[in-house]
Formats: sequence, C-alpha cells, structure tokens
Amino acid sequence: MLETIFAWETLTSAIRMATPLAYASLGGVFSERSGVVNIALEGIMLFGAFFAAVGTYFFKNPLIGVLFSIIAGTIIAFIHAVVSIKFKVNQIVSGTALNMLAAGGTTFLSRLIFKAAGSSPHIEGFTPIDIPIISKIPGIGLIFSDLSPLIILMLVIVFMSQYILYKTAFGLRLRAVGENPQAADTLGVNVYKYRYIGVLISGILGGIGGAFLSLEHARVFVENMTGGRGFIALAAMIFGNWKPIGSLGACLLFGLAEALRMRLEGVGIPTQFIQMIPYILTMLVLAGAVGKSTPPSADGVPYEKEEI
Amino acid sequence: MRKFLIAFLVLSLILLSSVGFSAKTIRVGIVYDVGGRGDKSFNDAAYNGLQRAIKVLRVEGKDLEPGPGGANREELLRTLAEQNYDLVIGVGFLFTDAITAVAKDFPKVKFAIVDGVIEGLPNVSSLVFNEHEGSFLVGVIAGLMTKSNIIGFVGGMDIPLIHKFEVGYKAGALYVNPKVKVLINYIGVTGDAFKDPVKGKELALAQYKQGADIIYHASGASGEGVFEAAKETKKYAIGVDSPQSWIMPDRIITSMLKRVDVAVYETIKDVKEGKFKPGIRIFGAANGGVDYEKTKLIPLGVISKVEQIKKDIISGKIVVPYDDKTFEEFKAKYLK
Repeated sequence: MLETIFAWETLTSAIRMATPLAYASLGGVFSERSGVVNIALEGIMLFGAFFAAVGTYFFKNPLIGVLFSIIAGTIIAFIHAVVSIKFKVNQIVSGTALNMLAAGGTTFLSRLIFKAAGSSPHIEGFTPIDIPIISKIPGIGLIFSDLSPLIILMLVIVFMSQYILYKTAFGLRLRAVGENPQAADTLGVNVYKYRYIGVLISGILGGIGGAFLSLEHARVFVENMTGGRGFIALAAMIFGNWKPIGSLGACLLFGLAEALRMRLEGVGIPTQFIQMIPYILTMLVLAGAVGKSTPPSADGVPYEKEEI
Repeated sequence: MRKFLIAFLVLSLILLSSVGFSAKTIRVGIVYDVGGRGDKSFNDAAYNGLQRAIKVLRVEGKDLEPGPGGANREELLRTLAEQNYDLVIGVGFLFTDAITAVAKDFPKVKFAIVDGVIEGLPNVSSLVFNEHEGSFLVGVIAGLMTKSNIIGFVGGMDIPLIHKFEVGYKAGALYVNPKVKVLINYIGVTGDAFKDPVKGKELALAQYKQGADIIYHASGASGEGVFEAAKETKKYAIGVDSPQSWIMPDRIITSMLKRVDVAVYETIKDVKEGKFKPGIRIFGAANGGVDYEKTKLIPLGVISKVEQIKKDIISGKIVVPYDDKTFEEFKAKYLK
C-alpha cells in the first residue's frame, strides 16, 4: 500500500491535476492584480474545454483546439471586462451570470454541434513529449517523461509571469491600477486599459486551462466537466498570495491532496479528510492564522475617473 | 321541441368527443437525469426506450433535460403533468422527492421513476433493477479473464445504489476466482461524480498502476476517462448501463447492461394497454432487465461459463449479494 502512495506516479498524477488549476489561478492573478475580481474563471474554463474539443474534432489538430479555447476564453473575459470596467457592474454578479451562461451555453452548443448534450466524441490531444536526458533518470525521470506540451507551457508561463509582474514596467503599472488606481491615473497610467489587459489575459489562460481538461486529460468533453475547478483555482490564487509562483505551489498542493486521496481509499483514513486539507489551509491563510495573504487594495472596486 | 333538439345535439357531441378521447394517442414525457442525452449510457437508454415506443406503439413522446445541477427537475415534471401527459417518467433516483411531490398534486397523471423507490402512491410505478445481478455477470468475466488476479472498480457517486454494482461485481469475480483482488474507488460524493472524466481517468490509472488489468466502471460520463486510461495503459475496461464496447472496441471487453430502455418501453406499453400498476417493478436477470454485452474479446469458454451462471442466478441457485451484509452471507455460503 505504502509503495503505491509514495510512488512517482502519485506526483505525476498530482501535476496533471494541478495544471488546469494553475492556468486558471494564474489568470486570476492577472485579473485581480489589475483590480478586477474574476469568478467567471469557472465559466471561462468550461467554454475553453468545450471549444478545444470542437476545434480539435473538426480540424483534427489539437493546436487549433487550443486556439479555439483561447478565442472563446477571451470573448467571455471581454464581456466580463466591459460589464465590470466600463459599466461598473458588481463584478461578482457579472461573474456569476457568465458562469451560468457557460453551464447552459456549452450544453446547448454541444447538443447543436455533437448532436448530444452529455459528451463529445473522443478527441486526440497532443503527442506527449519526453524531456531529453532528465527523463532517462530512473524514478524522478518519470515526472519529466510523457508530458503534455501544455504542462511545459504552463511552467514557462508561470515563471515568465512572475518576471513580467515584478520586474517590468508593464507589471508595475498593472499592479498599480489594482493597488491604487487614483495614484496610477495621476501618473498618467491608463487605468481602464490595464484592467482590460488583466482581464483578457485571464480569459486566455482560463481558456487554455479548460483546453487541458478536455484535450489533454480526459480526451473528451463532458457537460459541466470543470466541476468547480475555476473556484478551486481562485482558492489557490488566494493561498498563493496573488503571486504566480505562489499560486502554482498552491495548485500543486491541491493536486497532490487529490492524488493522495485517490490512493488512500480503503486504508481506513476517511479520504474526505485528506481532500479537505488544502481548503482548510486556504481558510486559515485567509484568516491570517497561517502565513499572510493580502489582496490588491483596489481588488473588486470599479474605478471612477474624477472629472476636473 | 327545440330544447329537446339542443339537448340531443349537446349529448351527441359529448358522446362523440368521448369516443375521440378514448382513441387519442398516449402522450409520454420523459425528464432525464443530470448528464442528459448523449451520456452514451443511462439517459440514452431511456431515450431508446421512448423512441421504440414511438415507433412500435405509436405514442407521442416528449423528452426534457434538466438544467445544470438538475435543480429544475420538479418544474419540468410539473410542466408535463399540467399539460395532461398520460405518463411522465423521471430518469434517476434523484427524482424521488420531485416525483413524490408532483404525483400528489396530479393524481390523474401516471408517473414512473427509474432507479428510485416511491411507495404508497396509487399513480407512481417504481422501476428498479437488480444491477448486482448484471454486475455479478461482468464480475465473472473479469474474474475469469484477469491475468494479474487484480481487477478494479471505479464508482461514480458514493451511494448505496452504486455499491450494489460494486458488491455484485466483487462477488462474481470471487465466485469464479477466489484468488482475485478487487481495488475499489469512488469518484466523489456529489452528482458531479458522474460527469468528471478527469478524475475517472486518474483513479483508473492509479488502479492499473497497482496491477489491475480490468476495470469496471459505474460512473456515467466519468467512465470516458476510465476508457481513456485503459487505452493509454493498453489494459481493459468494462462498460456500464448501455452497450459501450463500440466506444473502444479493442479495450472494452463487455458492458453490464441495465435495460432502462426495456423498463421504459414496458411501462409505456402497460399504460397504452391500460395495465399500468403502481408499486415496485423489478427488472433483473430473470426478465432480461439486466444482462451483459457479448463482444469478440470474450473467449467462448468464458461465455458458456457466464451463461451457466446466469441460469443459476435465474433459478435461484446463486443468490447475488447487494450490500455489505448480504456480501458476508454470500462469502459464508459460496466461498470457503
């Protein structure tokens, strides 16, 4: 029993389950750092998962599937951006509405396109790749072999984002409009523009996260297959203190908890407890009991430009 | 005289219309379970039963899907009942409360629930299946065909209904192969567990890694993930509810057939013939309500053995367990 728990496969399974979360929570970081709460990520992922399946099914090319999911995610994010930045609607309300739209919309479109609401036909994703040299090491090499290209892309994007957000002028401005939009505006930063960019990036990333679910993991689209992963991604973002690498760490922890509970069934420990651990930790972090998590000060507050 | 004539006319109109009434086509409404049409399993089977009834019995049929999460299932039932449908069928145990409520409000409409038990209402028929018997049969196939003597079970939602599948499967495998070890996992504790192919796949991969070479899933659309895992690891899987081997003909050795289509069709037929009876109606191995799918992956020797065991179940020689308690009794009686 112990050898199945402490196997490298447990880790590879955790990474696979963490990847869609990592995309979405990174999307959340960009959106919320710019000052817009984006709980529409759940719906964005669902649209992404669906359109990845559509693109791949009709063009027999997973790359087009991913492109479709990016376009779909961006469109939904754009709606959220217009509604919450331009019309200053409550961002939670807008996000909830979009999530409902996604749940109903994908089922409706699935029926239209695949002639069945429940699930799509089987789709072929990317060919898995082995990272040269490291994948040959016994044991740990397993983590670096048979990888989905989207997992590698995710790692690249996370570290790139950390750099962009904290070491470039663009990142500074994006964070500034989320912390103190008035001050940023005074200094000539276009608050609205940066908020649009933040939300649209979250749409792109959320879309790819959804694409990973249908295209790379399950290789099929099933109605409502995200099953709350968009919200879990937001919890990971909070746990990771609204930082790219922190969120990735949180996602890996969530993935690991899930992988462990799958392997612990039948041992005698109620597996629900293991599943609960990451969320309890998230609550503790939020309450300030373990570590400290500070949201951007202007997160969720629409910006009203003062007339002179 | 004139009054008499009018009275005569009215009377004949009533008579005529009542003749028309008795000849009118039976209208049947179905509301599906979460997962909806296209689950390649449970709901599709109900759909097939309705389609057959439309073709053969010439009834009028309407099918509805509940919204995400299925919260509006009671409204959908109510809509159909308000339109005076003759028979309204709810597919899935989740309809238990909704049908109980609606059936009380519409005593003239007949209701049927697939997979759920509602007792004491004169207009509700409960269509239940002996899934454990069908699962026993596919368990026998798995027990005879496994090379590693380890087989797996992936269940959807962790509820007594799905435990029936698990227990029957375990018992069937052990009955023919006492050395077999059965790995058991459930995807979750909510209805979403039937729509999560990602977790289905990860659980199956973990079981295959632990040495299982055949996995039986009872998890609705999540089973797509189990099949995908079988394909990746080049091992085998067993489908559920509908014949599923067409999805991956070289990896799916058989499917436990739960003939929801038969149950739906038979119930519609009863209504049409005026033989509708309230109460529980059981569909088991004996009346073809559960069975297994024959494919070319099953060796002939195995098929003849399964057929023999099916006869023994029908004759009552083998009593198939359906929960932990009856499983202990089964072990004491048949396994030393």
